[in-house]
Amino acid sequence: MPLDPSFIGRTYPPTAPYEVGREKIREFAEAVGDTNPVYTDAEAAKALGHPDVIAPPTFPFLITYRAAGQVVNDPELGLDFSRVVHGDQRFSYTRPVRAGDRLTVTCSIESIKTLAGNDVLTVRGEVHDESGEPVVTAQMMLVARAAEEG
Amino acid sequence: MSANISYDQVEVGTELPAQVFPVSRATLVRYAGASGDFNPIHWNESFATSVGLPDVIAHGMFTMAEAIRVVTDWVGDPGAVVDYGVRFTKPVVVPNDETGAEIQVSAKVAAKLDDRRVRVDLLATSARQKVLGMSRAVVQLS
Repeated sequence: MPLDPSFIGRTYPPTAPYEVGREKIREFAEAVGDTNPVYTDAEAAKALGHPDVIAPPTFPFLITYRAAGQVVNDPELGLDFSRVVHGDQRFSYTRPVRAGDRLTVTCSIESIKTLAGNDVLTVRGEVHDESGEPVVTAQMMLVARAAEEG
Repeated sequence: MSANISYDQVEVGTELPAQVFPVSRATLVRYAGASGDFNPIHWNESFATSVGLPDVIAHGMFTMAEAIRVVTDWVGDPGAVVDYGVRFTKPVVVPNDETGAEIQVSAKVAAKLDDRRVRVDLLATSARQKVLGMSRAVVQLS
């Protein structure tokens, strides 16, 4: 059954804070093979004007994807996650994520479309820091392939 | 934020230094652990083939993370990236052998914007297939 377009605009409660650890940033930077010292060396980060080490540009996905679980597992929405592929991803940054941030994510359903029988769902995740200031907005488009006939 | 590159020194068409990123099964296991994405299509080939994939495939978010390195290595400060989006068009297929796969990434300045920002368009391929589409970053230059 196609997803119900009346869910467009639905907003979910903010997540509990995720505390960004410097060793988690290091682990992530090493996993993508990125040796830029701004991810691991606070002095190098300060030399570029950052208060502490920053995280690579796609790091916020760890936090926003987990938060999007509220949407993709919403029983009322009824998305069949076994048929889902990641269609596209976008980040709009107010500032880079950095060590010590305590970040909350507020998810909302930006759009629901049906294309060639596939459900196309776009989830927006607004990431804020502890003082309520915006940090980054992530938009994730998921495609749920049409169920096979018979 | 302090970019190494001045807005005045780039033109539309300026090419960024291209890079090649190797991907092995070990890379994917490591990325799974760091990112928390343990979907078995990224490490278990019998599972991957059972859902219709040719073999284990790389995480799309891994490819997205590699591609932006062409921009962040060029500009110096990753904090200069103000917007970054991609479409996942084809999977990066990673065989279980010595060499694995490669992701080739090239990029060029596609537009000069206001406030000393530029739009950079990225091209990422693996095994001669385009693996990212509509792959664009907006970068704050100095």
